[in-house]
Amino acid sequence: MTRVPVSCTINGHEEAFLAESGESLLNALRDEVGLTGVKEGCGTGDCGACSILVDGRVTCACLIFAPEAEGHELTTIEGLADAGHLHPLQQCFLEGAALQCGVCTPGFLLAAKALLDKNPHPTETEVRYALAGNLCRCTGYDKIIRAVLDAAADMAAATGDAA
Amino acid sequence: MTVTDDPTTNPGYKWVGTRPIRPDGLDKVTGKAQFSADLVLPNMIEGAVARSPHAHARIVSIDTSVAEAMPGVQAVITGADFPDLAEAGAPAADVRESKKIIARDKVLFEGHPVAAVAATTRQEAQKAAAAIVVEYEVLPHALTVSEAMAEGAPVLHDDLITANVEPTPETASNVASRAVQQRGDLDEGFAAADVVLEHRYTTKPVHQGYIEPHAAVADASQNGRVNLWFSSQSPFDIRATTAKLIGCSPSRIKVTPAEIGGGFGGKTVAYVEPIAAMLSRKANRPVRVVMDRHEVFLATGPTSGSVTNDGKITAADIWMAFEAGAFPGSPVGAAAMTAIACYDVPNFFIEGFDVVVNKPKVAAYRAPGAPIIAFGVEGLLDELARAIDMDPIELRLANAAEEGVQAPYGPVHPRIGMVETLEAIRDSDHYRSPVPEGCGRGVASGFWFNIGGNSVATVNVHEDGNVSVIYGSPDIGGSRASMALFAAEELGIDVERVTPHIADTDTIGHTDVTGGSRVTLSAGKVVVEACRMIKDDLRRRAAKTWDCDLDEVDWVDGQAQHVSGTESPLSLAALAGKAGRTGGPISATYTENVRGAGAGFSTQLVDVRVDEETGQTEIVRYTTAQDAGKAIHPSYVEGQMQGGVVQGIGWALNEEYIHRADGTLDNPGFLDYRIPVASDLPMIETIVVEVPNPNHPYGVRGVGEVGIVPPMAAIANAIDRSTECRLHDLPMSPVRLLSAINDRDARD
Repeated sequence: MTRVPVSCTINGHEEAFLAESGESLLNALRDEVGLTGVKEGCGTGDCGACSILVDGRVTCACLIFAPEAEGHELTTIEGLADAGHLHPLQQCFLEGAALQCGVCTPGFLLAAKALLDKNPHPTETEVRYALAGNLCRCTGYDKIIRAVLDAAADMAAATGDAA
Repeated sequence: MTVTDDPTTNPGYKWVGTRPIRPDGLDKVTGKAQFSADLVLPNMIEGAVARSPHAHARIVSIDTSVAEAMPGVQAVITGADFPDLAEAGAPAADVRESKKIIARDKVLFEGHPVAAVAATTRQEAQKAAAAIVVEYEVLPHALTVSEAMAEGAPVLHDDLITANVEPTPETASNVASRAVQQRGDLDEGFAAADVVLEHRYTTKPVHQGYIEPHAAVADASQNGRVNLWFSSQSPFDIRATTAKLIGCSPSRIKVTPAEIGGGFGGKTVAYVEPIAAMLSRKANRPVRVVMDRHEVFLATGPTSGSVTNDGKITAADIWMAFEAGAFPGSPVGAAAMTAIACYDVPNFFIEGFDVVVNKPKVAAYRAPGAPIIAFGVEGLLDELARAIDMDPIELRLANAAEEGVQAPYGPVHPRIGMVETLEAIRDSDHYRSPVPEGCGRGVASGFWFNIGGNSVATVNVHEDGNVSVIYGSPDIGGSRASMALFAAEELGIDVERVTPHIADTDTIGHTDVTGGSRVTLSAGKVVVEACRMIKDDLRRRAAKTWDCDLDEVDWVDGQAQHVSGTESPLSLAALAGKAGRTGGPISATYTENVRGAGAGFSTQLVDVRVDEETGQTEIVRYTTAQDAGKAIHPSYVEGQMQGGVVQGIGWALNEEYIHRADGTLDNPGFLDYRIPVASDLPMIETIVVEVPNPNHPYGVRGVGEVGIVPPMAAIANAIDRSTECRLHDLPMSPVRLLSAINDRDARD
C-alpha cells in the first residue's frame, strides 16, 4: 500500500499527513488528521455532510482524493470559530434552533459561510439554492434558512454595511 | 402517587415555554459532538459486512479461507459463529431477529448480512469481505404484498402460519397475521349514508433517511464483558438483542450512547451492533463497524409499502395489507387502530394483514402505520367533502373526536385537541387568504397515540449549587433542552445552571426507547419528580439548619425561605456547600413506568401549484397546526412539526424504493432516492396548539410523530383540487401525475 505525504493548510495551520493515493480527503481528514467534525453521510457527494471549504469554495470532501489537497487551504467546522468566538452563523444556528440531531450541521455551516463570503445579502431563495446540496432530514430546513438570513443581517449590522 | 397540577391554572412558568440555547448545541456547531463513527479506541480495528446480492436464495456454502489469508484480516465470522437460537429453543421472534442480523440458511433480501470481517483498515476489511465466496441457490422472490399473497407465491418462511385467523391455516404462507378493529353494524351504517365512496390506495416503502449511517464500536474483554458504543434510539433494547445474539446476559454489556444523527424510528433496532461485538470477541481487539449509505438503503428499515381499500365516514370498511419486509412485524396493527381515530365513527370494520416480502425488515418510521392509512382515509374524506359540496374543515369538525368519545381502539378519550387543531387551521391567515392563482388547496388531519413507558432520572446537586440531570433517553431532537427547562422550573434556578447528561446502561436504570413521542412526557415526568424530591430534601436541610419544623420552610425562587421571614433565605448553593453537615450529598433518583400519554392530533393545510407540462408539484405554502399539550421548548416543538411535514412532502412527491425485476434495489443512494432539499420548499408555518394533557404535571403530550401523518393526503387533496386529478398511489411523482393529467385530457 503506497502512502503519499500531503502538505496543506488546515484551519490556518500548516499540516502534513500521509494518505493512500486513492483515499478520499474525507477519510484522511477524519482518520489521519483527526477532524471528525467532517461527517460521512453518503460518500458519493449527494448529502453535503462532509462539506468543507477548499480555498474558500464549498467542496464535498468525499469527492476529492486526499493528495489533491496538496498546497491548498482547507477550512473545516473545527476552524469556523475564530479564537474562541463563534462565527455569527454558529451563533444564529444555536439561537434559532437550526439543528436537531446535528450531524448535517457542520456541512450546512460551511456551505452557508461560502455563500455569505460571496454574497453577504442573500435572499431567501438564494439561501435555499446555495444550500440545496446539503441534506437535512430533521428540520425541514425552515430554521436553517432563517438562521443564515439572521447571520447575514447580524454580520451586515456589525460592519455597518446596509443591506 | 403524585398530585397532578392543572397546567391551565398554572400559567406563570419562568422557564418552561422559553427558548434557551440547547445544552448540547455548542458541541454540535463546532464539530466536537461525538457520533458513533467518530469514536476511536486504542488498538481499534475496522469491520465490514458481506451481504447477499440476491433477494431470495438458499445458502449452499460459505468459503472464508481466501478472506482469512488477506492482509490485515484479524477475524472473519458467519452465522455459524453465533449461538443457534432455534436449536436452543428460543422464542420465534428471537430466532427471526438473529436471522435478520446475520443469515444462517437462507438470505431473504438483497443486502442481508452473510458474513463479516475485521481488519486493520476499513479498506482491507471491505476487500476481504468481497473475497468471501458464498454459493447460493437463487429462489423466486416476492417483492410486494400482491406478489406475496398471490396463489403459488414463493414462501419466505416454511414455519410461518397466519396468526389470528379462524380456522388456523395448515400450511405456511407469507401472511404473518391478521389485525381487526370493529364496532357497530356496517350494513346499518352504510344504509344510513347518502353517499358511499370506495377506493384502492397504494403506498411504496420509503426510508427514514437519517443522515448518519449506522455504526458501532465494540470492545469485548476476555472475562465476557462487552463495551459497546453506538448511536441509537434504544440503548437498552439493542443491548438486549445483542446479548441474545452473542449469548450473554444483558448486564454483561455496557452501552454508552453516542450522539445520534437522526433516527425517526429507524434506529430502534439492532443491525451492526451484534456483529461488531462478535468480531471484537473473535479478534480480541476493539472493532468499529460503519455502514455506508448503500448499506443503509439496502439493509436497514424502510417503512411498509401497502395496499388499502376504503369506505366512508358514517361507516368505515377498511381492508389493508402491509409489507413487513423479510420478517413479520409491519405496523398494520397500529394502522388499524389509528385509521379513523380522528373521528367519531359509529360503525366500522377494519382488517389488516401483515405480509412478509423479500425486502429488509421494516423498521418504525415516525407514527408507524398511521401516515399510510391516513393517505387513504383523509383522501377519501376530501372526495366526500367535494361530493356533498362541504368545506373540508367543517366536514371534519362535524365528525371530530373529542373528550368522552370512545376511540376506535377502545379507550374513551380524555381531553384531546383534535377540534382545536381544525379550528386553528380554519382561523389561520393561510386559510383565510384566497387560494393563489393557479394553485389548489388541500387539508388533512392526523392522529397518533403517543406513549409513556419506563424512565428514570437522577438529579445531583453539586457543591456550587449547580445541578446535573442524569437520564437514559438519547437526545434525538433537543430533549436535553426540555429536561434542563423542567429542572430549572422546578428548582427555581437559571437554566444555565442545569447540565443534562444521557448516561450509559450501567449508570442509569432501564430506560425505554426514544420513540413513540415519549421522551418529553416520560423522561420529563421523572425529572420533574426527582427535582421535587430534591426540593423536599432541601427544605428538610433548611429546617435542620434553622431548627424549625419542615412546614415552616418554603422553597421559592431557588432558595429556602422561613415562612416567618425571620431567617435569611438559604440558596441552593448555600445548602449544597454545607451538605456534608445536613445529611450528605444531595441527590435523588426517581423511577416510574409512566402512564397517561396524551393523544396527539395535527391538521395541515397546503397550497400546491402543478406544472401541467411536466407533472411537477410545487409546495407554495404550508401550515401545520399540532396539539403539543404544552410546548416546553417551543423552538424544538416547531422543529418536530416542520421536520415531520417535510418528510411527509418527500413521501408524497418523490420517495420510493424502486426494484429491478431480479429483486434488487435500483436506487440505494441519495442521488436516486431523492429526499426534499431546501430549494424544493417554502417556510413551514407552525401553529402550536396547547390543550394540556391532564395526566402530566406540565400538560405534555409528545410531539415527535403525528406531524408526518397528514401531509400525503393533504397534498393529494390539493393536487386534486388544482388539477381534477385524484391520485390514489404514492408517490405523486411527476411521471405519475403527468400520466393522470394525460388521462384527464383524454377523458375530457
